[in-house]
Amino acid sequence: MKRSLALTAALALMLVACGTATPADEDTTTPIGEDANRSLTLYSGRSEDLVAPLVERFESETGIDVEVRYAGSGELATVLAQEGESTPADVFWSQDPAFAGAVALAGLFEPLPAEILDLVDARYSDGEGRWVGVTARNRVFVYNPTLVDALPADIWALTDPEWKGRIGVAPTNGSFVAFVSAMLATEGRERTLAWLEGVAANEPQIFDGNSPIVAAVDGGDVDAGLVNHYYLLRLAAEQNGATAINHSFESGDPGALVMPSGAGLIAGADNRDEALEFIGFLLAEESQRYFLDEVFEYPLVDGIGTPEGQLPLTDLPTLDLDPTALAEVVDDATSLIAEAGLT
Amino acid sequence: MVAGTAQPAVRSARGRRASPVLWLLAGAAVLPSLIPIGLLVWTTITAGADAGGIPVSRLGELAASTAVLVVGVTVGAGVIGMGTAWITTRTNLPRRKLWATLVSVPLVIPSYVGALSLLGAGGNQGALSQVLTAIGLPALPQIRGGWAAWAALTLWNYPFVHLLVTSVLTRMDPALEEAARGLGASRRRAFFTIVVPQARPALTSSMLLVALYTLSDFGAVSLLGYETFTRAIYTQFRGRIDITPALFLSGVLMVLALVLVAAERRGRGAKVLRTERPARSPRIVTLSLRQRIAARVFMGTVVAGALALPAGVLAWWAARGITDNLGSISVGAETANAVTAAAIAAIVTVVAAIPVGVLTVRHPGRASGLLESVTWSTYSLPHLAVGLGFLVFALRVAPFAYQSLPLLVTAYLAMFLPQALGAVQSALRRVGSHLEEASRSLGHRPWVGFRRVVLPVIAPGMLTGGALVFLTTMKELPATLMLRPTGFETLAVRIWSTASEGLYTRASVASLVLLTISAAPVYILVTRDLE
Repeated sequence: MKRSLALTAALALMLVACGTATPADEDTTTPIGEDANRSLTLYSGRSEDLVAPLVERFESETGIDVEVRYAGSGELATVLAQEGESTPADVFWSQDPAFAGAVALAGLFEPLPAEILDLVDARYSDGEGRWVGVTARNRVFVYNPTLVDALPADIWALTDPEWKGRIGVAPTNGSFVAFVSAMLATEGRERTLAWLEGVAANEPQIFDGNSPIVAAVDGGDVDAGLVNHYYLLRLAAEQNGATAINHSFESGDPGALVMPSGAGLIAGADNRDEALEFIGFLLAEESQRYFLDEVFEYPLVDGIGTPEGQLPLTDLPTLDLDPTALAEVVDDATSLIAEAGLT
Repeated sequence: MVAGTAQPAVRSARGRRASPVLWLLAGAAVLPSLIPIGLLVWTTITAGADAGGIPVSRLGELAASTAVLVVGVTVGAGVIGMGTAWITTRTNLPRRKLWATLVSVPLVIPSYVGALSLLGAGGNQGALSQVLTAIGLPALPQIRGGWAAWAALTLWNYPFVHLLVTSVLTRMDPALEEAARGLGASRRRAFFTIVVPQARPALTSSMLLVALYTLSDFGAVSLLGYETFTRAIYTQFRGRIDITPALFLSGVLMVLALVLVAAERRGRGAKVLRTERPARSPRIVTLSLRQRIAARVFMGTVVAGALALPAGVLAWWAARGITDNLGSISVGAETANAVTAAAIAAIVTVVAAIPVGVLTVRHPGRASGLLESVTWSTYSLPHLAVGLGFLVFALRVAPFAYQSLPLLVTAYLAMFLPQALGAVQSALRRVGSHLEEASRSLGHRPWVGFRRVVLPVIAPGMLTGGALVFLTTMKELPATLMLRPTGFETLAVRIWSTASEGLYTRASVASLVLLTISAAPVYILVTRDLE
């Protein structure tokens, strides 16, 4: 008797606990009134040192409080897919088109209004307007001229034994996955897997991000690496000059991919207006100039300029590829990277 | 700290049954530990074998590369830890106490911070290379890859072996060893037939701990570029939209961890023959001059690699960041967040450990044993798997808790409960139940007796357990990365994000702050004689 009483009491306690939890929960989900502080949650696949200065400026200009979750673009895309409608995110800003596209394909973006999409050349955005290109970067072969005499003719040459132990790659990085997706979309599964296995057999040095690869190449610790163009320009600006050189493969080579970073509005976002304001802010002249001057990426809004020493965006060798095509094969690309043992 | 080897000082009151309230409290405390296990078992079963996102043949290769690292690190840490423990407890090496402290301190260095210091030491830009080239020597190559991962995990895990073996060696009854010697056994023979078997439970327990840490290490192998299971899980998590492969691989990794735990149970060997307080201190071996030099070289090498190297390299990079004024290197918010999360986790976990401790010590039985083994199973899980489990759980079952501090703390509770539990249990065992019974016979209700009699006595155990949980929470990385509230960056998260971007100055500043804060709980632990 005594025991069952205690059990009943405990059950009652649990019910009370649940009962009090529910209204509190509802409180936080009720729409916030106009007079409340405006805020916005950004999922940023781009790194904090690039994004934080922009966010600070946006906050001070608009008074909108921005909460930023920093992680890899692929990680955030996975999390967004899991979160579905309950996501706290209002904006997803992906480092590369593959994961922006994957989120679009999952139906998690709301198409952007024309006044935002019209700011950018349509080939750098999603074909259905679900995300907009913010900046562009191209994939390059960065090398140290004191260690590399003969450049590889194309990306396929990197499986040559000549490159054994000399290449740095960041196979878990979103940009690398996007590049492999491009190879998969244009060259097919067999050729892509063969290339990945050939590179793996050459025992490349594995890194987690692009910056350490470029630093290692510049410092002469690794001969060459596969990265995006702007890391070297940033390094050179930081230390007043660099030894390493960016080399672009020719047009049609998957190693010469031009990749927009893309931002999209999450469908059903609680802070839709603020989110659109933020995406518009990324495409405003001052922000675009920031990408050009500080990050050395290509601004996608016309008339801002070209990073110093780089070919104009329209002259860059690249693959003719719809960014959404990358998104369709990104999961397979990751499977192939793992299958080849490049992790 | 490792699976209870201590024996109950006094037999518990078998006859008295635990109250339902106690069961309920203990059950509630253990509930979070079931979440990741349940979720991973469920996805692994429902997903099927081809769900790994990679062919089964690759799974074998991954398991092999992981196994090589686990075995290498466990053996390496076992040899070093056994060596440092024996030299500092059983020889007449001068300044033994100082050496013992110096080889214990690397306990505060998380392996990913150690990995950062290796990265920052080698290569043409590295701290050590700069020193070498300044005196006209060639620069070091980059310290990366399999050997670097082995070195990092060995150097920053051996203190577990050292501390556990030390505590056994100092308590071992010298009589047995003397008897063996008296019967004509050589010193070497007495060591291998008497000392080693007695140290074996401590040695295998601590080596199990090292093996589990290596199996679940994520930060160090990622930074140093060595492929293991955790790395593959992260690649799958990061590289695709579908989460199933990452969960499936986590399930496989969980099975590997549990196999290790089961293997250790078998390999633990005979029960320790030790007295609570040996009558005399153990025999001290007098070292010859040559042996003394060898011992000094050994101890010096360990301290140089595990302590001086990371301290020097991190300080070098931090100083460079401060003198070159390379942007913002302040980590104030990260420090506040890390301390807040760790303090809350420590308090919650210690409080949760009390009912489980009382139940398992005062009412041992099959059911309470099961509760305890659930906590240990979750403790042995790789944190990456636990993080994924809680992430999916929150999204599907408790969306209101998603990305909240309570969820993060719940995950810490699930992961670290045994640390607090072990400390509370051994404190309870020392008290014995007679005090509670005396209080009850004086007419006090059980709660009053607990508060007035038991709580004051187990308070030191609670402090030890809390310090341990605080320490491990501060350095926890993968689960924190996945579960932290948006904008809630901790020191561990900051070190990881900056180190993987190659921003060594910021990473070093954050690392030094982390190490400094960790020193306080470690001081409590070491001075209280790690159980």
